[in-house]
Amino acid sequence: MIRFNHVSKAFAKGESALLDVSFRVAKGEFVFLTGHSGAGKSTILRLIYGELSPTSGDIHVLGFSLPNITAREIPRLRRRLGIVFQDFRLLEDRTAEENVAFALEVTRARPDSIASRTSRVLTQVGLAAKMHALPNELSGGEQQRVAIARALVLDPPILLADEPTGNLDERAMRGVFQLLRDINAGETAVVMATHNLDLVRGTNHRTIELRRGEVVFDSAVETGQREGLA
Amino acid sequence: MRLLFREALLAFRRAPLLSTLSITTIAFSLFAVGLFGLVAINMRQALRGLESRVEIVAFILHGTPLETITLAADDISKFPEVFAVGYVNEDSALAQAQAELEEFKDAYRDLEINPLPASLEIRLKEGHRDAATVAAVAERLQGFGFIDDVRFGREWIERLDRLRNVAGLVGLIIGLAFAAVAVIIIGTTIRMTVLQRAREIAIMRLVGATNGFIRGPFLLEGAIKGLLGGLLSIVFIYAGYVLFGRNTPMLSGLIFFEPPQLLLGILFGVALGLGGSLVSVGRHLRNV
Repeated sequence: MIRFNHVSKAFAKGESALLDVSFRVAKGEFVFLTGHSGAGKSTILRLIYGELSPTSGDIHVLGFSLPNITAREIPRLRRRLGIVFQDFRLLEDRTAEENVAFALEVTRARPDSIASRTSRVLTQVGLAAKMHALPNELSGGEQQRVAIARALVLDPPILLADEPTGNLDERAMRGVFQLLRDINAGETAVVMATHNLDLVRGTNHRTIELRRGEVVFDSAVETGQREGLA
Repeated sequence: MRLLFREALLAFRRAPLLSTLSITTIAFSLFAVGLFGLVAINMRQALRGLESRVEIVAFILHGTPLETITLAADDISKFPEVFAVGYVNEDSALAQAQAELEEFKDAYRDLEINPLPASLEIRLKEGHRDAATVAAVAERLQGFGFIDDVRFGREWIERLDRLRNVAGLVGLIIGLAFAAVAVIIIGTTIRMTVLQRAREIAIMRLVGATNGFIRGPFLLEGAIKGLLGGLLSIVFIYAGYVLFGRNTPMLSGLIFFEPPQLLLGILFGVALGLGGSLVSVGRHLRNV
């Protein structure tokens, strides 16, 4: 579903954000991207959804070849990806239901299907009772659930989450993380960037650790090597 | 389509102050352009009044048969530049001179022989009243054997030509400057709207909206603002026209825009709103 092949990314000042990064994410996999701030976690996510182009190397996401992707193809790629951010990125003047429906409307979904699809995902994230609330009437955890519902409503095969629990208290963080695991259980691949190591250690999901733009640890490779030795 | 209209109209509801500001800015910008336009059309009207007095007088040799004059007058009236040809016989010329030249009234009354020749008075069509055309027609008239002399006030017509050229050039420069300022002000106002909704645009892009889809409501919003601004500017201009034009005796006789010109003004407003939005959103989409 996602393939990075010797990908490097340097910004205009010549600063390297990623250096020779290679990995694959399979269907239904849950992958943590970990590392300190500036390690390159967000850069990987931005490369996946086509906001950045690699300086060198190949990226393939859901059949799209990203170094060669055209401006017209980027919206088509993004409709197949769910994206969640630390700061939720909700429209403050629209209700939870309208925020979710917005994703369907801008992608020209059939108007008669919008209400039922919106209601379904809001129920899935546990917010059916608050669908008419504005973002500022919701807690941080609830706002992140609305953002996740908006990401899910297009039934994406991949969900990208950039520090989705960064702005949440412990209880909300656990709730949102469990929601992402539930989504993953339904065959949606989840790539989650986080620097919360407690969250990572409590699970047996694959972890890719980055340091100054380089992959310094990939649990899938370690496991493979161990299995190879055994 | 329903979504396009809903999003465009929602923008007015969400930011009423900014929308009002945009419409008022467009209205005042077009008001300035319109006022200048009003001055320009009134100047053109005044110039037309002066131009209509451009006339060529061809004096006829004494003793020319009336039939020859009539035939020639018919020929001359078929010149492409000629609007009308009038024949003034000797008696009419004298009567006219007595009526128009008060100081020579007595001298003309005591005359035993009428010294004034008959003439053909030739008026030219609009657009053919410049010095070069007038001189060319005068030269052609000289070709008729019975024409003794041709007069058309060369200096006066050349001065009128210069006035027309200067007025046209100054009008064009000032008009373009006003229009450019209007475009800049309107573009800036619409850019403010785009920046205010930058977050929404970013979210639209993240969920996979195409640039065309994102542009749509902004373009419609810009066109509506341009339309409302255009209509409001006409109200302002008309109010100014009534206030100053009708109540100032010196400015009496001022003309107002014709309906097609008003429509053109409104369409100009719509084009400005549309163009301003297109540029602002386009630039924003390229930069994010």
